[in-house]
Amino acid sequence: MRSKGRSRFIALCVAPATILFFLFMVMPTINVFRMSLFERGAYSPTETFVGMNNFKVLLKDTKFITSMQNTILLIVTVTIITFFFAIVFAAILTREKIKGQNFFRIVFYIPNILSIVVIAGIFSAIYKPDTTGMLNNIFTFFAGRNIEILWKTQPMVIVSIIIAMVWQAIGYYMVMYMASMSAVPASLYESAGLDGAGRLTQFFQLTLPLIWTNIRTTLTFFIISTINMAFLFVKSMVAPGMADVGLSFMYAQKDAGLYGYSMAAGVIIFLFSFLLSALVNKVTQREVLEM
Amino acid sequence: MKMKKTLSLLLASALSLSLLAGCGGAPQTPPAQSNPPVNNSGSSQGDASTPETPAGPIKVAALSSGYETTYPGMWKEVCDAFTAETGIEVELILEKNLEDVIGPSMQGGDFPDAILCATGREKGLTEQFIKDKLIADITDVLSMTVPGESATVSSKLVPGFVGTNVTNPYDDGKTYLAPMFYSPCGLFYNAGLFQEKGWTVPTTWDQMWELGDKAKAEGIDLFTYPTTGYFDTFFPTLLYSVGGPDFFNKAMNYAEGVWDTDEAKQCFDVMSKLASYTAKVTPAQANDSDFTQNQQLILDNKALFMPNGTWIVGEMADAPRKDGFAWGMCALPGGGSGTSASYCWLEQIWIPSGAANIDAGKQFVAFMYSDKAAEIFAKGGAAQPITGITDGMEGDNKIFYSIYDNGASAVMGGFAAYASVAGLGSVREVFFDPFNNLVNGSLTADQWVESIKAASDQMRANLLTE
Repeated sequence: MRSKGRSRFIALCVAPATILFFLFMVMPTINVFRMSLFERGAYSPTETFVGMNNFKVLLKDTKFITSMQNTILLIVTVTIITFFFAIVFAAILTREKIKGQNFFRIVFYIPNILSIVVIAGIFSAIYKPDTTGMLNNIFTFFAGRNIEILWKTQPMVIVSIIIAMVWQAIGYYMVMYMASMSAVPASLYESAGLDGAGRLTQFFQLTLPLIWTNIRTTLTFFIISTINMAFLFVKSMVAPGMADVGLSFMYAQKDAGLYGYSMAAGVIIFLFSFLLSALVNKVTQREVLEM
Repeated sequence: MKMKKTLSLLLASALSLSLLAGCGGAPQTPPAQSNPPVNNSGSSQGDASTPETPAGPIKVAALSSGYETTYPGMWKEVCDAFTAETGIEVELILEKNLEDVIGPSMQGGDFPDAILCATGREKGLTEQFIKDKLIADITDVLSMTVPGESATVSSKLVPGFVGTNVTNPYDDGKTYLAPMFYSPCGLFYNAGLFQEKGWTVPTTWDQMWELGDKAKAEGIDLFTYPTTGYFDTFFPTLLYSVGGPDFFNKAMNYAEGVWDTDEAKQCFDVMSKLASYTAKVTPAQANDSDFTQNQQLILDNKALFMPNGTWIVGEMADAPRKDGFAWGMCALPGGGSGTSASYCWLEQIWIPSGAANIDAGKQFVAFMYSDKAAEIFAKGGAAQPITGITDGMEGDNKIFYSIYDNGASAVMGGFAAYASVAGLGSVREVFFDPFNNLVNGSLTADQWVESIKAASDQMRANLLTE
């Protein structure tokens, strides 16, 4: 009797979230799959069934292929660079005695709370193509001659997006790793130190394995968020057609009045991110170490 | 214990209910008004021909553009004047990102009764409505009397503004989009610099390249452009100025073999040459957050010409500039069988066929051509194609709008609408966006022309005609 009431209570507690999740996540996702088989305009009440035709055209569309290539390039490079710096900075800030630790923590974290419009504005100034741009100015100062790199156009456009994305993401992940690193008991480091392990050995043999679960989880988060963030950065920073990514291709098709086609692109991106996360999860699987 | 459990149950159910109530409310549209504004129709003239006053306000959605910035409150004032004249209340939606604001509710079936949003914008809202044939036929508005006046709409309109594919997209003699603000577009330059250097504005493309070389020697580039979107006025004008009206019409309808003609080759030559004379920083700034930096190149005497419209003066009003700077505007040089020409850029107002109050929407559109409305719009620097509107202009605008009196042909109409086909890009993607890549060298002119030819065949096959 008692357990029946309890499970009813639990069901009631979980119900709101489940219902909302179903209404706003599951239903739309199913709808995306359904609509990818139709052709219709965004505002048109009529739709025609075209079967797999959208997908057939999509896989031959060179624009889509280029955008997916750009997406993959961004995922790979931004992930590697961000994770490298986030882990290194986190290790330095937790393990070493540095003046103004909190200051650095805040400074690194700030980009994460800025809106994308602000970031685009900041990088407008940083990437200004003449010598008044911040980056070009710094390079000019050190090179001793005028350096005018045209950041936001070919061939530098991908590099400039990578820099901005890394800058934006580092702080958030750094704070996450700092949290899990500070959970590693200091006694472990002490005994490792007594056994003669240097700082680097300690980092690779102790810190990294002990925060591995955290790294795995954040990696999955990061890959999915990079797909979204890449779209926002590309959309707000560079000219259309310059460095399209998967999602910007999808939106462009919607604006061209091809709702079904853009949903087909959505389906592929959805499956792609799903599979990639599963793959990353599988590849990074290690035996979990207990502290 | 039991008490506690009941309490938590109650709380949980309250929580779930309130959450659901919160999300259920959004899509409902307001007009469940229990007391509609009772008979303010007393102010109308009691004219028998005027359609009935709708219950509740009509919804007007307008793009908040540079004109609104110049004279804030412009649209509100016009709507109030409309209400005073007809007694129909107006609910105004005025946004810079109009598509994002009204788009979602329109997908839910809630349409404004009149929308001011031109074709040629990046989101392509108006194009989507044209392609899906979701715009109400407003041909009868032309014969309606302007509310509060005795003249009909068509008698006030400047001839030639209705009838191109900008207003009659299906080429069937029916008008779907009413012409609103128009602006001559051309090449903008620093007239002060030309005077100082003793240069004259080129009247042929050969003179243009000569000037380009002369300017290059002084460290000034010949050409820049804000974004590739600005070629939607420049490129059609170029086609017109090189090939004349017949060639222009063929090109706008993607006629077979049109890109293989001598005229087309000349145009592509001009474009690829122009790319080599373009300031190298241009593509790096040809995006929505930096395009004003490209416009700044003109003010800083770093580039000579850019394609633009009359709104540029207001847009860059607060920007720093070189001493002696003065805006100048010229038509595109003529060549071959064409004449010098200037594009006449038109914004459109239209009524979605799904709107609830189409008749009231039509009255609103008709009111746009009243002297009262024109007077208010003029305060923001906006001009409608009403006969005699240019007489009251002053300053820069007077010079700009007189461009057609000085021998330049007015180019109206753009690339014809075609049904969307998966894999086929938009006109901007196919024709204009690659110009960035011509300038930065990642694309050759031949590749560009080839892709235009291929896409053009598909566009022709999918042209929208009744």
